[in-house]
Amino acid sequence: MFTMLLYIGSAVFLIFSYFKDRKKTKLALKKALTAFLNILPDFAAVLALVAVLLTFVSPEVITRVLGEQAGAAGLFLASVVGSITLIPGFVAFPLAATLLQRGAGLATIAVFISTLMMVGVVTFPLEKKFFGFKEALWRNSLSYVWAFFVALAISVVMA
Amino acid sequence: MIQTVKLYKYFLIIMIFDLIMLIVNPLTGKQLFHFTYFNFAEMLKVLPPIFILLGLLDVWVPREKIIRYLGEKSGAGGIALSIFLGAAAAGPLYAAFPVASVMAQKGARYGNILVFLGAWSTLKIPMFLFEMSSLGVRFALTRWLINIPGIILMAFIIERILDEKDKAPIYHSAAKS
Repeated sequence: MFTMLLYIGSAVFLIFSYFKDRKKTKLALKKALTAFLNILPDFAAVLALVAVLLTFVSPEVITRVLGEQAGAAGLFLASVVGSITLIPGFVAFPLAATLLQRGAGLATIAVFISTLMMVGVVTFPLEKKFFGFKEALWRNSLSYVWAFFVALAISVVMA
Repeated sequence: MIQTVKLYKYFLIIMIFDLIMLIVNPLTGKQLFHFTYFNFAEMLKVLPPIFILLGLLDVWVPREKIIRYLGEKSGAGGIALSIFLGAAAAGPLYAAFPVASVMAQKGARYGNILVFLGAWSTLKIPMFLFEMSSLGVRFALTRWLINIPGIILMAFIIERILDEKDKAPIYHSAAKS
């Protein structure tokens, strides 16, 4: 649904741009294509790697691992799994809901979701390429620590 | 040809691994190819509009405008706009990198670029709606709200810690077209 909105939005802008200045619009499309083709080799590698992760660290494996561990060990494990995997949201949230039903704690779920979204071990090389090593290291490390604060906040609010 | 192979070497190495798996363990191999296909399909679904918007942004929005609204002196407004832009996005975090690169080259403040990145990673509206329906309004809303100050705080810590040399890559980055 949202993707649709994005398409409509960019189509509207594109048409508008075309009527205002055809040359500029052509240049914009050329720039879009160049940017895409430049990044495609890296994207392709990331996507293939994510497929490997999804295969070996499947939702079933995650459920088993995170469902069994409680307390600090569970929290830590959730942060590690969340950091290394890259699961799309529409798989991750139902997975998190299942984990909750299986008895995983809310803090564990919060850490898992937070690290999943903010910490990217798989995408680290790509981030390094754009932002440099220092930024990639700091952003990912801080986000990792931050995930535990989020878990704390969730535990307090939901208690 | 050789250059293409070189460019795609990591992708090709993984695909060779997938092929070997397909021979050794067909069930796992099929799963690998299934997920690879699925990932590519998902990517191709969201990326075209993002890159078109990126191209339009590049040609239509002048540097002065970006400097004014997202630059060094943009203040709280710049932060708010960065959050809005990130939250209105769709697609995985790595799709934000080329967009961040265009923002940087047009003069956006380093901290604002990081706020944008943070918002894209965790405040995206479609994800938020999905999270609400899966984990409840209270859970999703708490996480969403606590993340706003968190993202800003982390952005400004990183902006402080890194020196000009560390920040340089995004201002001359790979996605330059």
